[in-house]
Formats: sequence, C-alpha cells, structure tokens
Amino acid sequence: MSLSPEDVSRIALLSRIELSPEERESTRDQLNGILGFIEQLQAVDTTGIEPMAHAVDVVQRLRPDAVTETDRRAEFQAVAPETEAGLYLVPRVVE
Amino acid sequence: MINSSLRELSAALSAKKVSAVELATLFLDRIDRLNPGLNAFIALDREKTLAQASAADARLAASAGGPLSGIPLAHKDIFCTQGWRTSCGSKMLENFVAPYDAHVVEKLAAAGMVTLGKLNMDEFAMGSSNETSHFGPVRNPWDVSRVPGGSSGGSAATIAARLAPAATGTDTGGSIRQPAALCGLTGLKPTYGAVSRYGMIAFASSLDQAGPMAKSAEDCALLLTAMAGFDPRDSTSLERPTEDYTRDLEQPLAGLRIGLPGEFFGEGMDDDVRTAVEAALTEYRKLGATTVEVALPNSGLSVPAYYVIAPAEASSNLSRFDGVRYGYRAPEYNDLTEMYSRSRAQGFGAEVKRRILIGTYVLSHGYYDAYYLKAQKIRRLIAADFVEAFRSCDVIMGPTSPSVAFAFGAKSADPVQMYLSDIYTISTNLAGLPGMSLPCGFGANDMPVGLQIIGNWFGEAKMLNVAHQYQKATDWHTRMPETMK
Repeated sequence: MSLSPEDVSRIALLSRIELSPEERESTRDQLNGILGFIEQLQAVDTTGIEPMAHAVDVVQRLRPDAVTETDRRAEFQAVAPETEAGLYLVPRVVE
Repeated sequence: MINSSLRELSAALSAKKVSAVELATLFLDRIDRLNPGLNAFIALDREKTLAQASAADARLAASAGGPLSGIPLAHKDIFCTQGWRTSCGSKMLENFVAPYDAHVVEKLAAAGMVTLGKLNMDEFAMGSSNETSHFGPVRNPWDVSRVPGGSSGGSAATIAARLAPAATGTDTGGSIRQPAALCGLTGLKPTYGAVSRYGMIAFASSLDQAGPMAKSAEDCALLLTAMAGFDPRDSTSLERPTEDYTRDLEQPLAGLRIGLPGEFFGEGMDDDVRTAVEAALTEYRKLGATTVEVALPNSGLSVPAYYVIAPAEASSNLSRFDGVRYGYRAPEYNDLTEMYSRSRAQGFGAEVKRRILIGTYVLSHGYYDAYYLKAQKIRRLIAADFVEAFRSCDVIMGPTSPSVAFAFGAKSADPVQMYLSDIYTISTNLAGLPGMSLPCGFGANDMPVGLQIIGNWFGEAKMLNVAHQYQKATDWHTRMPETMK
C-alpha cells in the first residue's frame, strides 16, 4: 500500500512534526519507499507465533514504595527553555 | 604510548613511568592536532579532564587505583555526563548540559578513568555513516573521503586515530560493530540487559545496549568488566552476578566449534570482504577450531523487521522532546500544538523525523497488528533460529559489514540502501545476543575489514577469548593509519 498526501499530513500531526508543503511531497516518497521495503514481512506465515516484545524474558521488578529521590528541581529546570517560579511555561491552553 | 594496551598503560601508571595528567595531556594534544580533520570530538574541556586526571594520580599515589585508574577515555555523546554538554548529535540538545551521569559514565569514572571529551555520532544514534549528525560528519582516519560508519562513528574514528585508548559506544542495530569494522578496531555489544541504559539517551529501548570500543579484545574485556552489572535504575538491567570478562582470555581454542550461517556468506558481500573473512577462518582452523554450517533462515527479514520495531520505539521515546522541560524550543508559535510541532520540525534532522513518522504510522490505529505485531512475531522467529544454531556451535562468525567504508554521499540519498549496511548486525540486536567486530585485514583501497563474532546469550567471556586468541596470532588490530602518526 502507498500513503496519500492526506495520510502524510495525519502522521505528521500525530508525530507533532510540522511539514512544509514541499517537504510533504518528498516525505511521502521516502516513507513509501520504506513501507515498500518492510512490506515483505506480510508474506511470512506467523500463525501461532507469540510476538516478542523483548530480548530477555523477565518480569517487571518491583521496589518498595519509598521516597528515594532528592529535590533537584532547580538543577533540572536550569536546562528548560522557559520557567517561572518553579513552573514550566507553555502557551495558554485553557482560556 | 598511543599504541599501548590498557594493561601496558596501567603498568606504566603504577610504575610511575607516566602520570595520569601526562597521559591525558598527550591525548588532548593529539586531539588538538588531529581532530580538526576528523570531527570526532564535539565537546572538550581541558580543565575538567586534567582535574579528573589529577584526582586519578592522587589515588594511584595512595596505591588505591584499579586496573583502569588514570587511563583516558572518551564518551559517545549519547551518554549523559554531568556538567558536560550532551547533545546526542542533535540540534534538539545543542545546549543541553546533563544534570547527572549515566550509569556507564559513573562506573568508568569510579574505576578511575579520565574523560577526554564527548564524541560525535549520528543524530540520536540513527544512521550508519555519521552523516546525520547536526555537528557535521566524522571522517574515517584511514581515508578522510570515506565515512567512519555509524552511529558510534566518533568513537571509532577516535580509537583508529589513537586520540584515546578507549571509548564508549552504543549498538541498537550495529552501531558499535559496523563503525568498528569500517575503522579497523575492536568493539563489543553485550547481551541485552548486561549494561545499564540509565542516562543513555533512548533510541529503541528493547534493542539499545552500551559497550566498549578499543584496539583489542583484551582492552574490551577490561572495559566491559567495569561497565557491566546490575543497576536498579534501568528496569531491564539483569540481576546477575558480576563477571570478570577477562577470565577466559587465555583459554586455547582447540575444539572450538564456529558456526557459519550460509545466509551471511551469500550474495551481497563484497569480494574483498569475503577474502579477508575467509582468511580469518583459515587462521581459526590453524588455532584448532572447526567450522560447521548453521542456518539462520529468517535473518534476511531482520532489516525490515528492525525498521518497524526500532522506529516504533523511537517515535515513543522521542516524544519527550517537546520543547518544554529541556531541549530546543522554536522561537515563534501561536499555540501549544504549534510549539510542539515547530520545535520538533526545527530541532530534529531529516533521518530522525523520517523514523518518527514511520514509527508513528506503524503504531497508529488500524496498522498496529499489520506492522508492529507482525514484526514482533518475526523477531521471535529470528531469535529462535539462533537458539537452534547454537545447538551445534560455540560462536557464530561472518562479516560485520557487507563492504568496507564507503564514500560520503554514496548511500545518503536512499534510506533503504543505507539501512542495508547493517544486514549482518541487526539480527543480533533483535535476539538480544552479544556480538563483536574485530579487524581481520584490509580490502579495496586499503580499507579495514571487520570479522563479526556472535556469542550465545551471556557468552561475552567466550567471545572475547575467541577474539583474543586470534589477536595473539595476528597483528591486524595493531595497525594504525600512517597519516595519524
């Protein structure tokens, strides 16, 4: 199958990556090339095969519900684009 | 000194023939002289390096050092290093100074190693040629018109040019082994879960694994011993007893069974690579090994399966780069969605965006089963092939890369051609197996060729033994480019 221009716009929106109109066309060609390449997987019979999500079969470790982290907010926020009074600033989302 | 092994350097430091400060200065001076032509280092801080070296000297003077104390190394810029810019080769993190150390960085520092700087890489480790770095490509020290491989290309070029005796790398689909092959050095990707991923910027979490890159298997064994071990901060770190990976280095190879997968010796491998790999196998037979044919019938599906799984995981991992808590934020936007999508459009390079888009698509509603789940089922088939193959052999061998280092631009126009550079390395990551590459000769245009060894799960010590015995009988790993002397 092959992606339409609308498909590309939808994927770009889901990915939160802005594409200019020119980029949209070249991106569509490249993505279709990659999808064409991975299409060969469809020909393989995988009836009854369990999906393998992970290389090593282990279960999630649990830890005691105890505070182990120290407060390093100032250091962590020092690398943020915009903060004020210990908060991260973003454009207004609620009017 | 620049060609010395880690054991030789350690002996010289212990005998006070050289100090850690002198050693660091020697390499920093070489970096100043040779790095402008290679672009391998993208962050240097002489003061910080020398302070760490002085501290190592103090420990050595108090006889409190270990086998790596005072030895310099450099870190791939994917590892968070407190107080150092950690960019992951991306504009997105161009101004990111890590507020903490990665587990690997912490462990190697605790072992007394001295950080020389941070190494260039493909952006977010996505690439096989180092051409996707925001900071420009790394050049191959054997021929600066050629790529060093990727994504740990900065690490590989650094060792090849003797700008550091050791470096860290990461391998998601071949990113330690392929550049090690293309630059003529030794690199090892451990079994998944052996080395903590804490503080290592995530690309595809079920495949990413950190490992050492150095001149020899013996050096890699010493480094891996210091890097590996359980870390509760990585949920996939394995709770296993610590290992001394040097323990089997001196075992003889008599009786070793080497598995040769027909799929790795068919069409697609260049003749010069084949000649060098076959010569290595002849050497192994001389050392007492026997070769047996094994089959990895699904290995041909590893590249397409990988290009579903890795982008899917990447699209999820890289969603954290939203211009809010760290990283690049676009200067102009009208609302929150635009802030996200412009920051990401401007902060990420073309290959990273391509992979996020593919990953988002294969995970999206209506396509998840057809692509992602299908690829995970094929991943199991690929892993099962290895289980079967290891019933009749101790290690598997083949080429690391189908060709020697290629010229800049040779594959960058067609993503799929670039992806096929990792055709022999990717199946190992999908299965979670350890793998390594070591130099086994030179091919066309006198470029290095790498021999790949794949070990059984947790078979690092065996693999290192197999590599070390070959390196005792040959001298390919001691060669360095004339122009870098």
